[in-house]
Amino acid sequence: MNNRLTATIHGWLLLLPAMACLALFTHWPAIASIVESVYSTPRPRRPARFVGLDNFALMLEDPIFWQSLKNNLWFALGTIPLSIALSLLMAVWVNDRIRGRTLVRMAYFTPTVLPMIAVANIWLFFFTPQYGLLEQVSGLFGFPAQNWLGSKDTALFAVILVAVWKEAGFFMIFYLAALQTISPTLAEAAALEGASRWTYFRRVQFPLLMPTTLFVLINAVINAFRMVDHIIVLTRGGPDNATTLLLFYIYQVGFNFWDTAYAAALTVVLLAMLAAVAMIQYGWLERRIHYR
Amino acid sequence: MSAVEAVPAAPGRRSLRSRWLPPGRAVEPARPDPYAPTGMWLALESVGAGLLAVLWILPLAYAVWAAIHPSEFTTRFHLFAPLTLENFARAWAAAPFARYFLNTFVLVTLILSCQLVLGTLAAYAFARYEFWGRNLAFALVLAQLMIMPDVLIVENYRTMTALGLVDTIPAIALPYIASAFGIFLLRQTFKTVPKELDDAARVEGASGLQILMKVYVPLARPIYVAYGLVSVSYHWNNFLWPLIVTNSVEARPLTVGLQVFSSSDQGVDWAVICAATLMTSAPLLIGFLLFQRQFVQSFMRAGIR
Repeated sequence: MNNRLTATIHGWLLLLPAMACLALFTHWPAIASIVESVYSTPRPRRPARFVGLDNFALMLEDPIFWQSLKNNLWFALGTIPLSIALSLLMAVWVNDRIRGRTLVRMAYFTPTVLPMIAVANIWLFFFTPQYGLLEQVSGLFGFPAQNWLGSKDTALFAVILVAVWKEAGFFMIFYLAALQTISPTLAEAAALEGASRWTYFRRVQFPLLMPTTLFVLINAVINAFRMVDHIIVLTRGGPDNATTLLLFYIYQVGFNFWDTAYAAALTVVLLAMLAAVAMIQYGWLERRIHYR
Repeated sequence: MSAVEAVPAAPGRRSLRSRWLPPGRAVEPARPDPYAPTGMWLALESVGAGLLAVLWILPLAYAVWAAIHPSEFTTRFHLFAPLTLENFARAWAAAPFARYFLNTFVLVTLILSCQLVLGTLAAYAFARYEFWGRNLAFALVLAQLMIMPDVLIVENYRTMTALGLVDTIPAIALPYIASAFGIFLLRQTFKTVPKELDDAARVEGASGLQILMKVYVPLARPIYVAYGLVSVSYHWNNFLWPLIVTNSVEARPLTVGLQVFSSSDQGVDWAVICAATLMTSAPLLIGFLLFQRQFVQSFMRAGIR
C-alpha cells in the first residue's frame, strides 16, 4: 500500500514538468478555444461579452468558411490518395534491384528534409506566368499560356501537387521498411502456385502492408489539415479564396483581421474534425486491420 | 485476411539498414526473389523510377542552377554558363541571415534539450511506475498527437501575450517542448529494458533517478539520436507559428527570415532568392547527404508507433 503511494508521488513528480507544459500549451488552448468561441471579440471600447452560438451562426453564413472547408476537402481528396499511391509505387520500385537505386531513393526522400517554405519559393518560380519553368516547357510543346497560380481552376491543383511532392518520399520509407519484413517464403509459395506479379502484389503484399497503409493514411489526413506553409508562399489563399484551407483561414481571421473570437470558433471546427479522425482511427479502422 | 493473420509483422529495421547501404556493400537476400523483375521489365522499371526521381529532384536541381549562375542564365540553360557565387553574397548582404541562423540554432537547441529532459522523465514514469492516474495521464499525453500545437495558434498567441513573451525565441519554443511523440517513443524504448537490470541497480542502492541516468538513458541512445534528428529537422523547417509570434530580426528564425526576404518588393531576382533558399536549407541538406542512413532510419523509427 505504502509502496503504491510512493510510486504515485514519484510518478507524478516525474510527469509534472511535461504535464504542466502539455496542459498549458495543448489542453488549455483547446478548451479555451471552445470558451472563447461563445464570446465576442474584445475591442478597445467594448470588452468581450457572452454571445452564445452567434459566432457559429456567423460561420454558417460565411461563404469563405464554406469555401475553405470545400477547398480543404478537395485538398485532402487530392493529396491523400495521390501521395499514398505514389509512395507505394516508389517503395516497390526502390525495393527491386533497379539501376541507380541509391540515387533514386535519395531523390525521393530529399523533399522531406527541406523546409516547405524554402521549396515553395522554388515552386513559385516554376509556376510563374510567362517566364516560369512550367510555362517554358509547355510553351515548347505549343500549349497555350497558363497562369497556374493565378487562375481559380488550376491554383488548388498546383498547391496539391507541391504537397504531394513534399510528403510522398516520407511515406515511402514506411512502405519500404514494411516490404522488407515480408517473408521471402511467401513469394516462393505464390510463385509455385503460379500467381502473377500483380496477383502476388494484390493478394499478398498489399494486404500485409495494411497496417502501414493505415499509419500513412492517418499521417496524410493530419497533414491535409496542417499543411499551410506553401499556401502562404504560393497563393496567400487566392485567387478569390480558391486555395484558402481551413487552417490558413484561421490564420487570416486571427492575425490579419484580428477577429480572435471568430478564429477560435473556426479552431473548434478544426479540432472537431481532427477528433473525428482520431475516433475513426481508434474505433473503427484498428478493429478491421489485424496487426498480430 | 487469413494472410494478414498468418504472418507476424516483425520489426524490419535491420533489413532496411542493409538495403540503404550503397549497392556494393548491400547484404544480399539469402534466396532469390521469384518476382524480382528481370531483363526488359527491370529496364522499364529503372526508367520509370529514374524519370520520377528526376522529377522529384528537379526543384532542388533548378535552385542550384539558378543560384550558381548570373541572373541572365536563370531561365536560359547553357552548358558553359559562367559560374558565380555572387548570388549568395548578395543574399547574405541583403538580409540579416547571420542573425537568423543564430536564432534558428538557439531555437532548435532549446527545443530539443527541453524535449529530451521532459520526455525522458515522463517516459520513465509511464514505463516503470505503477501509479494512480497513469492511464488517464497517458491518454492526456497522447491527445497531443491529434491536437497539435500547430493548429492552436490563436489561443497560444493569447497565452504568449499574457506571459509577455511575444517576439522572443522562448515563445516559439514553449508550445513544443512537451512532445507527446517523444514521450511515447521513449516510453516504448524504456519498456524494452529488462526489469532485471533495473532490479540489480536497485539492489546496489541506486535511486530512481540514478537508475534512469545510468541504465535507461544509455540503452536508449539510438532512439535519442533518431528523435533528435527528427525534432531538429521539424523545428528547423517550422514556419507558421514562428511567423505569427515573432516580428523582429532578433527573434525571427531562418524560415520566417527567408519569407520576409523573398516577399519584400525589392524586385524579384530569382537567382538571389534561390541562393537564399539553398542557404537556409543547406545545414539539413548537407547533413542528410552525409548521414543518409541515419536520417532515413530516424524518420522511420520515429514514425513507427
